[in-house]
Amino acid sequence: MNETKAPGYTIARVEQGPPCCDPVPVIEIAGLSISYGGKAALTDVKLDIYRGCITALIGPSGCGKTSLLSALNRMTDLIPGCTVEGSIHFGGVDVRAPSLNVAALRRQIGMIFQRPNPFPFSIRRNLEMPLREHGIRNRTELSDRVERSLTDVGLWPEVRDRLDSPALALSGGQQQRLCIARALVLEPSVLLMDEPCSALDPLSSGVVEDLIESLRHRFTVVIVTHNLAQARRIANYAAFFWMPERAGKLIEFGQCRQIFETPAHRLTASYIRGLRG
Amino acid sequence: MFEAVREQAMLRVFRDRGVLIAIWSAAAMVAGVFIWLLADIAMHGAPRFDLSFLIDAPGNSGRSGGIGPILVSTALILTVAIAATVPVGLGAAIFLSEFTRSGGLPGRAVGLSLDVLAGVPSIVFGLFGNAFFCIWLGLGFSILSGGLTLACMVLPVFIRVAEAGLRMTPGDWRNGAAALGLSRLAVLRQILLPAAAPSLVLALMLGIGRSASETAALIFTSGYVDRMPASLLDSGRAISVHIYDLSMNVAGGDPGAYASALALIVFLFIINGAAKWITDSLTARRIVTL
Repeated sequence: MNETKAPGYTIARVEQGPPCCDPVPVIEIAGLSISYGGKAALTDVKLDIYRGCITALIGPSGCGKTSLLSALNRMTDLIPGCTVEGSIHFGGVDVRAPSLNVAALRRQIGMIFQRPNPFPFSIRRNLEMPLREHGIRNRTELSDRVERSLTDVGLWPEVRDRLDSPALALSGGQQQRLCIARALVLEPSVLLMDEPCSALDPLSSGVVEDLIESLRHRFTVVIVTHNLAQARRIANYAAFFWMPERAGKLIEFGQCRQIFETPAHRLTASYIRGLRG
Repeated sequence: MFEAVREQAMLRVFRDRGVLIAIWSAAAMVAGVFIWLLADIAMHGAPRFDLSFLIDAPGNSGRSGGIGPILVSTALILTVAIAATVPVGLGAAIFLSEFTRSGGLPGRAVGLSLDVLAGVPSIVFGLFGNAFFCIWLGLGFSILSGGLTLACMVLPVFIRVAEAGLRMTPGDWRNGAAALGLSRLAVLRQILLPAAAPSLVLALMLGIGRSASETAALIFTSGYVDRMPASLLDSGRAISVHIYDLSMNVAGGDPGAYASALALIVFLFIINGAAKWITDSLTARRIVTL
Protein backbone atom coordinates (compact mmCIF):
# COMPACT_ATOMS: atom_id res chain seq x y z
CA MET A 1 0.00 0.00 0.00
CA ASN A 2 2.96 2.30 0.61
CA GLU A 3 4.00 1.95 -2.99
CA THR A 4 5.36 5.38 -3.79
CA LYS A 5 6.70 6.65 -7.06
CA ALA A 6 10.30 6.10 -6.13
CA PRO A 7 12.92 7.35 -8.55
CA GLY A 8 14.78 4.72 -10.50
CA TYR A 9 11.88 3.06 -12.25
CA THR A 10 12.98 -0.11 -13.97
CA ILE A 11 11.50 1.16 -17.18
CA ALA A 12 13.37 1.96 -20.30
CA ARG A 13 12.53 4.85 -22.61
CA VAL A 14 9.86 4.62 -25.24
CA GLU A 15 12.29 5.67 -27.94
CA GLN A 16 14.25 2.48 -27.39
CA GLY A 17 11.34 0.67 -28.89
CA PRO A 18 9.46 -2.30 -27.58
CA PRO A 19 9.87 -3.96 -25.25
CA CYS A 20 9.81 -0.57 -23.56
CA CYS A 21 9.17 -1.78 -20.06
CA ASP A 22 10.95 -4.14 -17.78
CA PRO A 23 8.01 -6.16 -16.60
CA VAL A 24 7.79 -5.38 -12.88
CA PRO A 25 4.32 -6.42 -11.83
CA VAL A 26 2.51 -3.90 -9.65
CA ILE A 27 -0.85 -5.66 -9.75
CA GLU A 28 -1.00 -9.44 -9.81
CA ILE A 29 -4.31 -11.06 -10.65
CA ALA A 30 -4.82 -14.82 -10.36
CA GLY A 31 -7.86 -17.06 -10.66
CA LEU A 32 -10.14 -14.03 -10.81
CA SER A 33 -13.82 -14.72 -11.47
CA ILE A 34 -16.59 -12.14 -11.27
CA SER A 35 -20.29 -12.90 -11.31
CA TYR A 36 -23.46 -10.87 -11.02
CA GLY A 37 -26.29 -12.55 -9.13
CA GLY A 38 -24.78 -15.98 -9.84
CA LYS A 39 -24.24 -15.28 -13.55
CA ALA A 40 -20.55 -15.42 -14.41
CA ALA A 41 -19.23 -12.37 -16.23
CA LEU A 42 -15.56 -13.20 -16.15
CA THR A 43 -13.86 -16.48 -15.31
CA ASP A 44 -10.42 -17.49 -14.17
CA VAL A 45 -8.27 -14.56 -15.22
CA LYS A 46 -4.56 -14.56 -14.60
CA LEU A 47 -2.92 -11.29 -15.48
CA ASP A 48 -0.04 -9.10 -14.33
CA ILE A 49 -0.15 -5.33 -14.70
CA TYR A 50 3.32 -3.89 -15.14
CA ARG A 51 4.56 -0.79 -13.45
CA GLY A 52 4.76 2.41 -15.47
CA CYS A 53 3.23 0.80 -18.54
CA ILE A 54 -0.05 1.26 -20.29
CA THR A 55 -2.02 -1.96 -20.44
CA ALA A 56 -5.03 -2.02 -22.75
CA LEU A 57 -7.93 -4.38 -22.16
CA ILE A 58 -9.59 -5.09 -25.48
CA GLY A 59 -12.42 -7.29 -26.67
CA PRO A 60 -16.11 -7.10 -27.50
CA SER A 61 -18.74 -5.57 -25.17
CA GLY A 62 -19.92 -7.73 -22.31
CA CYS A 63 -16.79 -9.82 -21.94
CA GLY A 64 -15.98 -8.50 -18.47
CA LYS A 65 -13.33 -5.85 -19.13
CA THR A 66 -15.03 -3.17 -17.07
CA SER A 67 -15.81 -5.71 -14.34
CA LEU A 68 -12.14 -6.59 -14.14
CA LEU A 69 -11.24 -2.90 -13.93
CA SER A 70 -13.74 -2.26 -11.12
CA ALA A 71 -12.49 -5.25 -9.14
CA LEU A 72 -9.02 -3.69 -8.97
CA ASN A 73 -10.15 -0.75 -6.80
CA ARG A 74 -13.04 -2.63 -5.17
CA MET A 75 -15.71 -0.58 -6.96
CA THR A 76 -17.39 -3.97 -7.33
CA ASP A 77 -18.28 -3.66 -3.62
CA LEU A 78 -20.87 -1.06 -4.60
CA ILE A 79 -22.71 -3.28 -7.06
CA PRO A 80 -25.44 -5.31 -5.34
CA GLY A 81 -25.21 -9.01 -6.14
CA CYS A 82 -21.68 -8.84 -7.48
CA THR A 83 -19.27 -11.48 -6.21
CA VAL A 84 -15.54 -11.56 -6.84
CA GLU A 85 -13.41 -14.66 -6.40
CA GLY A 86 -9.71 -15.25 -6.82
CA SER A 87 -6.80 -13.10 -5.76
CA ILE A 88 -5.68 -9.58 -6.56
CA HIS A 89 -2.46 -8.27 -5.10
CA PHE A 90 -1.40 -4.66 -5.37
CA GLY A 91 2.20 -4.07 -4.39
CA GLY A 92 2.06 -7.30 -2.41
CA VAL A 93 -1.09 -6.29 -0.50
CA ASP A 94 -4.22 -8.42 -0.81
CA VAL A 95 -6.79 -6.09 -2.34
CA ARG A 96 -9.66 -8.40 -1.44
CA ALA A 97 -8.85 -8.64 2.26
CA PRO A 98 -11.91 -7.59 4.30
CA SER A 99 -9.71 -5.59 6.66
CA LEU A 100 -8.25 -3.50 3.85
CA ASN A 101 -8.80 0.26 4.05
CA VAL A 102 -10.76 0.74 0.84
CA ALA A 103 -10.47 4.54 0.93
CA ALA A 104 -6.67 4.25 1.03
CA LEU A 105 -6.74 1.71 -1.80
CA ARG A 106 -8.84 3.98 -4.00
CA ARG A 107 -6.54 6.86 -3.21
CA GLN A 108 -3.70 4.76 -4.62
CA ILE A 109 -5.66 3.42 -7.57
CA GLY A 110 -7.58 6.21 -9.29
CA MET A 111 -10.38 5.65 -11.76
CA ILE A 112 -11.61 7.54 -14.83
CA PHE A 113 -15.07 6.79 -16.19
CA GLN A 114 -16.50 6.63 -19.67
CA ARG A 115 -18.64 9.72 -19.19
CA PRO A 116 -16.86 12.72 -17.67
CA ASN A 117 -18.32 13.18 -14.18
CA PRO A 118 -17.11 16.44 -12.65
CA PHE A 119 -18.98 17.37 -9.48
CA PRO A 120 -21.50 20.20 -9.71
CA PHE A 121 -19.29 22.85 -8.23
CA SER A 122 -16.30 25.00 -9.19
CA ILE A 123 -13.18 23.68 -10.92
CA ARG A 124 -11.11 24.45 -7.83
CA ARG A 125 -13.50 22.74 -5.43
CA ASN A 126 -13.62 19.65 -7.66
CA LEU A 127 -9.92 19.19 -6.98
CA GLU A 128 -9.73 20.51 -3.41
CA MET A 129 -12.68 18.59 -2.00
CA PRO A 130 -11.11 15.09 -2.35
CA LEU A 131 -7.88 16.41 -0.85
CA ARG A 132 -9.70 17.95 2.10
CA GLU A 133 -11.64 14.74 2.67
CA HIS A 134 -8.31 12.89 2.79
CA GLY A 135 -7.09 15.25 5.49
CA ILE A 136 -5.04 17.76 3.51
CA ARG A 137 -6.04 21.21 4.75
CA ASN A 138 -2.93 23.35 4.32
CA ARG A 139 -3.86 26.22 1.98
CA THR A 140 -0.55 26.41 0.09
CA GLU A 141 -0.37 22.67 -0.33
CA LEU A 142 -3.93 22.61 -1.65
CA SER A 143 -3.32 25.31 -4.24
CA ASP A 144 0.06 23.81 -5.21
CA ARG A 145 -1.49 20.43 -5.82
CA VAL A 146 -4.40 21.92 -7.75
CA GLU A 147 -2.03 23.81 -10.02
CA ARG A 148 0.25 20.80 -10.48
CA SER A 149 -2.50 18.39 -11.42
CA LEU A 150 -4.13 20.89 -13.79
CA THR A 151 -0.73 21.47 -15.39
CA ASP A 152 -0.25 17.71 -15.73
CA VAL A 153 -3.44 17.37 -17.74
CA GLY A 154 -2.73 20.53 -19.76
CA LEU A 155 -5.74 22.40 -18.41
CA TRP A 156 -3.87 25.01 -16.41
CA PRO A 157 -3.41 27.55 -19.22
CA GLU A 158 -7.06 27.12 -20.20
CA VAL A 159 -8.65 27.52 -16.77
CA ARG A 160 -6.17 29.42 -14.60
CA ASP A 161 -8.29 32.57 -14.78
CA ARG A 162 -11.58 30.84 -14.02
CA LEU A 163 -10.85 28.32 -11.32
CA ASP A 164 -13.99 29.41 -9.50
CA SER A 165 -16.37 28.98 -12.41
CA PRO A 166 -18.56 25.84 -12.57
CA ALA A 167 -16.82 22.70 -13.77
CA LEU A 168 -19.91 21.66 -15.69
CA ALA A 169 -19.53 24.70 -17.95
CA LEU A 170 -16.35 23.19 -19.43
CA SER A 171 -16.44 21.31 -22.74
CA GLY A 172 -16.67 17.51 -22.71
CA GLY A 173 -12.97 17.01 -23.38
CA GLN A 174 -12.02 19.56 -20.75
CA GLN A 175 -14.36 17.88 -18.28
CA GLN A 176 -12.69 14.53 -18.88
CA ARG A 177 -9.25 16.07 -18.41
CA LEU A 178 -10.52 17.68 -15.19
CA CYS A 179 -11.62 14.23 -14.02
CA ILE A 180 -8.15 12.90 -14.76
CA ALA A 181 -6.69 15.84 -12.84
CA ARG A 182 -9.05 15.05 -9.97
CA ALA A 183 -7.66 11.51 -9.87
CA LEU A 184 -4.06 12.76 -10.19
CA VAL A 185 -4.44 15.31 -7.40
CA LEU A 186 -4.48 12.44 -4.88
CA GLU A 187 -1.12 11.27 -6.30
CA PRO A 188 -2.13 7.69 -7.06
CA SER A 189 0.27 5.17 -8.56
CA VAL A 190 -2.25 3.39 -10.78
CA LEU A 191 -4.96 4.86 -13.01
CA LEU A 192 -7.86 2.74 -14.22
CA MET A 193 -9.57 4.15 -17.30
CA ASP A 194 -12.87 2.83 -18.56
CA GLU A 195 -13.17 3.92 -22.21
CA PRO A 196 -12.12 7.47 -21.32
CA CYS A 197 -12.40 8.76 -24.89
CA SER A 198 -15.55 7.08 -26.12
CA ALA A 199 -17.92 9.88 -25.06
CA LEU A 200 -15.76 12.61 -26.61
CA ASP A 201 -15.58 14.15 -30.07
CA PRO A 202 -12.55 13.10 -32.19
CA LEU A 203 -10.59 16.27 -31.46
CA SER A 204 -10.96 16.10 -27.65
CA SER A 205 -10.45 12.37 -27.86
CA GLY A 206 -7.05 13.03 -29.46
CA VAL A 207 -6.12 15.49 -26.72
CA VAL A 208 -7.07 13.02 -23.97
CA GLU A 209 -5.18 10.26 -25.77
CA ASP A 210 -2.03 12.39 -25.87
CA LEU A 211 -2.53 13.09 -22.20
CA ILE A 212 -2.75 9.38 -21.35
CA GLU A 213 0.39 8.83 -23.41
CA SER A 214 2.17 11.50 -21.33
CA LEU A 215 1.26 9.68 -18.11
CA ARG A 216 3.27 6.61 -19.11
CA HIS A 217 6.22 5.93 -16.78
CA ARG A 218 4.84 8.23 -14.07
CA PHE A 219 1.75 6.15 -13.56
CA THR A 220 0.65 2.63 -14.26
CA VAL A 221 -2.34 2.86 -16.58
CA VAL A 222 -4.95 0.17 -17.25
CA ILE A 223 -7.29 1.25 -20.00
CA VAL A 224 -10.41 -0.40 -21.40
CA THR A 225 -10.92 0.65 -24.98
CA HIS A 226 -12.98 -0.39 -27.96
CA ASN A 227 -10.82 1.66 -30.22
CA LEU A 228 -8.25 -0.83 -31.47
CA ALA A 229 -6.23 1.82 -33.26
CA GLN A 230 -6.00 3.74 -30.01
CA ALA A 231 -4.90 0.66 -28.09
CA ARG A 232 -2.27 0.03 -30.71
CA ARG A 233 -1.00 3.62 -30.54
CA ILE A 234 -0.67 3.99 -26.79
CA ALA A 235 -0.49 0.60 -25.08
CA ASN A 236 2.64 -1.32 -24.12
CA TYR A 237 0.69 -4.41 -23.24
CA ALA A 238 -2.64 -5.65 -24.44
CA ALA A 239 -5.00 -8.23 -22.98
CA PHE A 240 -7.60 -9.67 -25.29
CA PHE A 241 -10.88 -10.91 -23.80
CA TRP A 242 -13.54 -13.00 -25.48
CA MET A 243 -16.58 -14.91 -24.32
CA PRO A 244 -16.44 -18.49 -25.50
CA GLU A 245 -19.40 -19.62 -23.33
CA ARG A 246 -21.29 -16.47 -22.34
CA ALA A 247 -18.72 -15.66 -19.64
CA GLY A 248 -15.70 -13.52 -20.42
CA LYS A 249 -12.28 -15.08 -20.55
CA LEU A 250 -8.76 -13.79 -21.06
CA ILE A 251 -7.66 -15.25 -24.38
CA GLU A 252 -4.29 -13.72 -24.86
CA PHE A 253 -1.98 -11.31 -23.09
CA GLY A 254 1.26 -9.94 -24.33
CA GLN A 255 3.15 -6.97 -25.61
CA CYS A 256 0.96 -4.74 -27.67
CA ARG A 257 3.02 -5.14 -30.82
CA GLN A 258 2.96 -8.90 -30.55
CA ILE A 259 -0.82 -8.99 -29.98
CA PHE A 260 -1.43 -6.80 -32.99
CA GLU A 261 1.21 -8.15 -35.35
CA THR A 262 1.68 -11.80 -34.50
CA PRO A 263 -1.30 -12.88 -32.39
CA ALA A 264 -0.92 -16.39 -31.07
CA HIS A 265 -4.60 -17.20 -30.88
CA ARG A 266 -6.89 -17.37 -33.90
CA LEU A 267 -9.67 -15.48 -32.01
CA THR A 268 -7.29 -12.61 -31.37
CA ALA A 269 -6.21 -12.61 -34.98
CA SER A 270 -9.73 -12.44 -36.34
CA TYR A 271 -10.80 -9.79 -33.79
CA ILE A 272 -7.78 -7.62 -34.58
CA ARG A 273 -8.48 -7.87 -38.30
CA GLY A 274 -12.09 -6.92 -37.70
CA LEU A 275 -13.49 -10.27 -38.73
CA ARG A 276 -15.15 -10.87 -35.38
CA GLY A 277 -16.75 -8.90 -32.56
CA MET B 1 -55.23 10.00 -55.44
CA PHE B 2 -53.93 13.50 -54.83
CA GLU B 3 -57.37 14.64 -53.69
CA ALA B 4 -57.51 11.88 -51.07
CA VAL B 5 -54.14 12.83 -49.67
CA ARG B 6 -55.14 16.49 -49.47
CA GLU B 7 -58.38 15.65 -47.74
CA GLN B 8 -56.50 13.59 -45.18
CA ALA B 9 -54.04 16.41 -44.57
CA MET B 10 -56.89 18.91 -44.12
CA LEU B 11 -58.52 16.58 -41.63
CA ARG B 12 -55.29 16.33 -39.70
CA VAL B 13 -54.96 20.12 -39.60
CA PHE B 14 -58.49 20.45 -38.21
CA ARG B 15 -57.87 17.78 -35.61
CA ASP B 16 -54.61 19.43 -34.52
CA ARG B 17 -56.38 22.77 -34.24
CA GLY B 18 -59.15 21.22 -32.17
CA VAL B 19 -56.72 19.68 -29.69
CA LEU B 20 -54.82 22.95 -29.50
CA ILE B 21 -57.98 24.90 -28.66
CA ALA B 22 -58.91 22.35 -25.99
CA ILE B 23 -55.48 22.60 -24.37
CA TRP B 24 -55.52 26.39 -24.42
CA SER B 25 -58.98 26.61 -22.92
CA ALA B 26 -58.04 24.21 -20.12
CA ALA B 27 -55.05 26.42 -19.28
CA ALA B 28 -57.19 29.56 -19.53
CA MET B 29 -59.76 28.07 -17.19
CA VAL B 30 -57.15 27.33 -14.51
CA ALA B 31 -55.66 30.79 -14.81
CA GLY B 32 -59.13 32.33 -14.86
CA VAL B 33 -60.22 30.74 -11.59
CA PHE B 34 -56.99 31.86 -9.95
CA ILE B 35 -57.31 35.44 -11.19
CA TRP B 36 -60.95 35.65 -10.19
CA LEU B 37 -60.16 34.41 -6.68
CA LEU B 38 -57.23 36.78 -6.36
CA ALA B 39 -59.19 39.78 -7.62
CA ASP B 40 -62.11 39.03 -5.30
CA ILE B 41 -59.88 38.82 -2.22
CA ALA B 42 -57.82 41.85 -3.20
CA MET B 43 -60.92 43.96 -3.86
CA HIS B 44 -62.69 43.08 -0.61
CA GLY B 45 -59.56 42.91 1.52
CA ALA B 46 -57.77 46.07 0.35
CA PRO B 47 -59.90 48.65 2.26
CA ARG B 48 -58.75 47.35 5.65
CA PHE B 49 -55.31 46.14 4.61
CA ASP B 50 -52.65 48.51 5.93
CA LEU B 51 -49.72 48.52 8.32
CA SER B 52 -51.78 49.00 11.44
CA PHE B 53 -53.95 46.01 10.44
CA LEU B 54 -50.82 43.86 10.40
CA ILE B 55 -49.64 45.14 13.80
CA ASP B 56 -52.73 45.78 15.95
CA ALA B 57 -54.48 43.25 18.16
CA PRO B 58 -57.94 42.19 17.02
CA GLY B 59 -60.86 43.84 18.79
CA ASN B 60 -64.54 42.92 19.08
CA SER B 61 -63.94 39.28 18.01
CA GLY B 62 -61.95 40.41 15.01
CA ARG B 63 -64.52 42.84 13.61
CA SER B 64 -62.12 45.69 14.33
CA GLY B 65 -58.41 46.03 15.03
CA GLY B 66 -55.77 43.97 13.23
CA ILE B 67 -54.08 40.59 13.19
CA GLY B 68 -50.75 41.27 14.98
CA PRO B 69 -50.93 38.45 17.56
CA ILE B 70 -52.33 36.11 14.93
CA LEU B 71 -49.36 36.69 12.64
CA VAL B 72 -47.01 36.04 15.56
CA SER B 73 -48.84 32.80 16.47
CA THR B 74 -48.80 31.69 12.84
CA ALA B 75 -45.08 32.38 12.56
CA LEU B 76 -44.39 30.45 15.78
CA ILE B 77 -46.51 27.47 14.68
CA LEU B 78 -44.69 27.46 11.32
CA THR B 79 -41.31 27.64 13.04
CA VAL B 80 -42.15 24.67 15.24
CA ALA B 81 -43.46 22.73 12.24
CA ILE B 82 -40.36 23.44 10.13
CA ALA B 83 -37.96 22.73 12.99
CA ALA B 84 -39.59 19.32 13.44
CA THR B 85 -40.07 18.54 9.74
CA VAL B 86 -36.63 19.29 8.32
CA PRO B 87 -34.41 16.98 10.41
CA VAL B 88 -36.88 14.08 10.50
CA GLY B 89 -37.88 14.51 6.86
CA LEU B 90 -34.34 14.86 5.60
CA GLY B 91 -33.28 11.79 7.56
CA ALA B 92 -36.13 9.72 6.13
CA ALA B 93 -35.50 10.98 2.59
CA ILE B 94 -31.81 10.09 2.85
CA PHE B 95 -32.74 6.66 4.22
CA LEU B 96 -35.11 6.03 1.34
CA SER B 97 -32.87 7.28 -1.45
CA GLU B 98 -29.43 6.19 -0.26
CA PHE B 99 -29.81 3.29 2.12
CA THR B 100 -32.60 1.21 0.63
CA ARG B 101 -32.45 -0.60 -2.65
CA SER B 102 -35.21 0.47 -4.99
CA GLY B 103 -37.85 -2.25 -4.83
CA GLY B 104 -36.55 -3.60 -1.50
CA LEU B 105 -38.96 -4.34 1.33
CA PRO B 106 -37.98 -1.61 3.84
CA GLY B 107 -38.09 1.10 1.19
CA ARG B 108 -41.42 -0.11 -0.16
CA ALA B 109 -42.97 -0.34 3.30
CA VAL B 110 -41.92 3.18 4.31
CA GLY B 111 -42.84 4.56 0.89
CA LEU B 112 -46.30 3.03 0.95
CA SER B 113 -47.05 4.33 4.45
CA LEU B 114 -45.93 7.80 3.35
CA ASP B 115 -48.19 7.76 0.32
CA VAL B 116 -51.17 6.71 2.44
CA LEU B 117 -50.37 9.37 5.06
CA ALA B 118 -50.11 12.05 2.38
CA GLY B 119 -53.70 11.32 1.39
CA VAL B 120 -55.16 11.43 4.90
CA PRO B 121 -57.52 14.44 5.36
CA SER B 122 -56.11 17.16 7.56
CA ILE B 123 -59.00 16.95 10.03
CA VAL B 124 -57.84 13.43 10.87
CA PHE B 125 -54.38 14.79 11.59
CA GLY B 126 -56.07 17.41 13.78
CA LEU B 127 -57.87 14.75 15.82
CA PHE B 128 -54.71 12.67 16.06
CA GLY B 129 -52.71 15.72 17.18
CA ASN B 130 -55.34 16.53 19.77
CA ALA B 131 -55.31 12.98 21.17
CA PHE B 132 -51.54 12.53 21.02
CA PHE B 133 -49.87 15.89 21.61
CA CYS B 134 -52.57 17.80 23.55
CA ILE B 135 -53.88 15.03 25.79
CA TRP B 136 -51.47 12.10 25.86
CA LEU B 137 -48.25 14.15 25.96
CA GLY B 138 -50.03 16.79 28.04
CA LEU B 139 -49.05 19.74 25.86
CA GLY B 140 -52.63 21.07 25.86
CA PHE B 141 -53.98 23.48 23.27
CA SER B 142 -50.69 25.08 22.41
CA ILE B 143 -48.53 26.41 19.61
CA LEU B 144 -46.22 23.44 20.22
CA SER B 145 -49.06 20.92 19.73
CA GLY B 146 -50.20 22.74 16.59
CA GLY B 147 -46.72 22.94 15.08
CA LEU B 148 -45.98 19.27 15.76
CA THR B 149 -49.33 18.22 14.29
CA LEU B 150 -48.56 20.26 11.17
CA ALA B 151 -45.15 18.57 10.98
CA CYS B 152 -46.86 15.16 10.96
CA MET B 153 -49.12 16.32 8.18
CA VAL B 154 -46.42 17.91 6.05
CA LEU B 155 -43.78 15.19 6.51
CA PRO B 156 -45.03 12.71 3.89
CA VAL B 157 -44.99 15.26 1.07
CA PHE B 158 -41.69 16.76 2.27
CA ILE B 159 -40.03 13.33 2.39
CA ARG B 160 -41.30 12.28 -1.05
CA VAL B 161 -40.16 15.50 -2.76
CA ALA B 162 -36.77 15.49 -1.00
CA GLU B 163 -36.29 11.80 -1.81
CA ALA B 164 -37.08 12.39 -5.48
CA GLY B 165 -34.54 15.23 -5.51
CA LEU B 166 -31.83 13.04 -4.01
CA ARG B 167 -32.63 10.18 -6.37
CA MET B 168 -32.37 12.48 -9.38
CA THR B 169 -28.71 13.26 -8.68
CA PRO B 170 -26.70 11.32 -11.29
CA GLY B 171 -25.16 8.03 -10.19
CA ASP B 172 -22.00 9.16 -12.01
CA TRP B 173 -21.27 11.49 -9.11
CA ARG B 174 -21.67 8.73 -6.54
CA ASN B 175 -19.31 6.45 -8.49
CA GLY B 176 -16.83 9.26 -9.14
CA ALA B 177 -16.76 10.13 -5.45
CA ALA B 178 -16.44 6.51 -4.36
CA ALA B 179 -13.53 6.04 -6.79
CA LEU B 180 -11.77 8.95 -5.06
CA GLY B 181 -12.00 7.09 -1.77
CA LEU B 182 -14.63 9.39 -0.27
CA SER B 183 -16.83 7.99 2.48
CA ARG B 184 -20.57 7.67 2.06
CA LEU B 185 -21.13 10.49 4.52
CA ALA B 186 -18.73 12.74 2.63
CA VAL B 187 -20.51 12.00 -0.65
CA LEU B 188 -23.82 12.88 0.96
CA ARG B 189 -22.60 16.04 2.65
CA GLN B 190 -20.35 17.35 -0.10
CA ILE B 191 -22.16 16.35 -3.26
CA LEU B 192 -25.65 14.91 -2.95
CA LEU B 193 -27.22 17.36 -0.49
CA PRO B 194 -25.86 20.47 -2.27
CA ALA B 195 -26.87 19.01 -5.64
CA ALA B 196 -30.35 18.22 -4.39
CA ALA B 197 -30.68 21.62 -2.67
CA PRO B 198 -33.22 22.99 -5.19
CA SER B 199 -35.52 20.04 -4.54
CA LEU B 200 -35.01 20.34 -0.80
CA VAL B 201 -35.96 24.02 -0.97
CA LEU B 202 -39.01 23.11 -3.03
CA ALA B 203 -39.99 20.44 -0.50
CA LEU B 204 -39.67 22.97 2.32
CA MET B 205 -41.68 25.60 0.47
CA LEU B 206 -44.48 23.15 -0.30
CA GLY B 207 -44.49 22.28 3.39
CA ILE B 208 -44.60 25.91 4.51
CA GLY B 209 -47.31 26.73 2.01
CA ARG B 210 -49.46 23.87 3.18
CA SER B 211 -48.82 24.63 6.85
CA ALA B 212 -49.57 28.33 6.52
CA SER B 213 -52.94 27.68 4.98
CA GLU B 214 -53.97 24.78 7.21
CA THR B 215 -57.10 25.14 9.32
CA ALA B 216 -58.57 21.79 10.26
CA ALA B 217 -55.41 20.34 11.78
CA LEU B 218 -54.99 23.44 13.97
CA ILE B 219 -58.49 24.00 15.34
CA PHE B 220 -58.12 21.04 17.70
CA THR B 221 -54.45 21.51 18.54
CA SER B 222 -53.31 25.13 18.73
CA GLY B 223 -56.71 26.52 19.55
CA TYR B 224 -58.64 29.74 19.07
CA VAL B 225 -57.17 32.23 21.53
CA ASP B 226 -56.36 35.46 19.69
CA ARG B 227 -54.15 37.01 22.37
CA MET B 228 -50.42 37.53 21.87
CA PRO B 229 -48.81 34.18 22.88
CA ALA B 230 -46.30 34.40 25.74
CA SER B 231 -44.66 31.01 25.13
CA LEU B 232 -44.84 27.97 22.89
CA LEU B 233 -47.11 26.33 25.44
CA ASP B 234 -49.71 29.09 25.03
CA SER B 235 -52.63 28.61 22.75
CA GLY B 236 -52.39 30.72 19.59
CA ARG B 237 -54.73 31.37 16.69
CA ALA B 238 -53.27 30.69 13.25
CA ILE B 239 -54.26 33.01 10.42
CA SER B 240 -56.28 30.38 8.57
CA VAL B 241 -58.23 29.61 11.75
CA HIS B 242 -58.82 33.36 12.12
CA ILE B 243 -60.21 33.60 8.59
CA TYR B 244 -62.44 30.58 9.17
CA ASP B 245 -63.71 31.95 12.47
CA LEU B 246 -64.43 35.43 11.12
CA SER B 247 -66.30 34.23 8.09
CA MET B 248 -68.26 31.41 9.75
CA ASN B 249 -68.83 32.39 13.39
CA VAL B 250 -68.64 36.18 13.58
CA ALA B 251 -71.49 38.21 12.13
CA GLY B 252 -69.99 41.19 10.27
CA GLY B 253 -66.55 39.60 10.25
CA ASP B 254 -66.23 39.39 6.47
CA PRO B 255 -64.10 42.52 5.88
CA GLY B 256 -61.62 41.29 8.48
CA ALA B 257 -61.65 37.81 6.95
CA TYR B 258 -60.96 39.21 3.50
CA ALA B 259 -58.10 41.40 4.72
CA SER B 260 -56.58 38.44 6.60
CA ALA B 261 -56.90 36.27 3.51
CA LEU B 262 -55.12 38.97 1.54
CA ALA B 263 -52.30 38.96 4.11
CA LEU B 264 -52.04 35.17 3.82
CA ILE B 265 -51.94 35.28 0.03
CA VAL B 266 -49.28 38.00 0.02
CA PHE B 267 -47.25 35.82 2.37
CA LEU B 268 -47.65 32.79 0.08
CA PHE B 269 -46.57 34.88 -2.90
CA ILE B 270 -43.47 35.98 -1.03
CA ILE B 271 -42.69 32.36 -0.08
CA ASN B 272 -43.08 31.20 -3.67
CA GLY B 273 -40.98 34.04 -5.03
CA ALA B 274 -38.26 33.34 -2.48
CA ALA B 275 -38.28 29.65 -3.36
CA LYS B 276 -37.94 30.41 -7.05
CA TRP B 277 -35.18 32.92 -6.46
CA ILE B 278 -33.24 30.51 -4.22
CA THR B 279 -33.52 27.53 -6.56
CA ASP B 280 -32.66 29.66 -9.60
CA SER B 281 -29.52 31.02 -8.00
CA LEU B 282 -28.55 27.55 -6.80
CA THR B 283 -28.92 25.99 -10.24
CA ALA B 284 -27.23 28.91 -11.99
CA ARG B 285 -24.17 28.40 -9.83
CA ARG B 286 -23.57 24.95 -11.13
CA ILE B 287 -25.00 25.01 -14.68
CA VAL B 288 -27.13 21.96 -14.36
CA THR B 289 -30.85 21.49 -13.99
CA LEU B 290 -32.32 18.74 -11.93
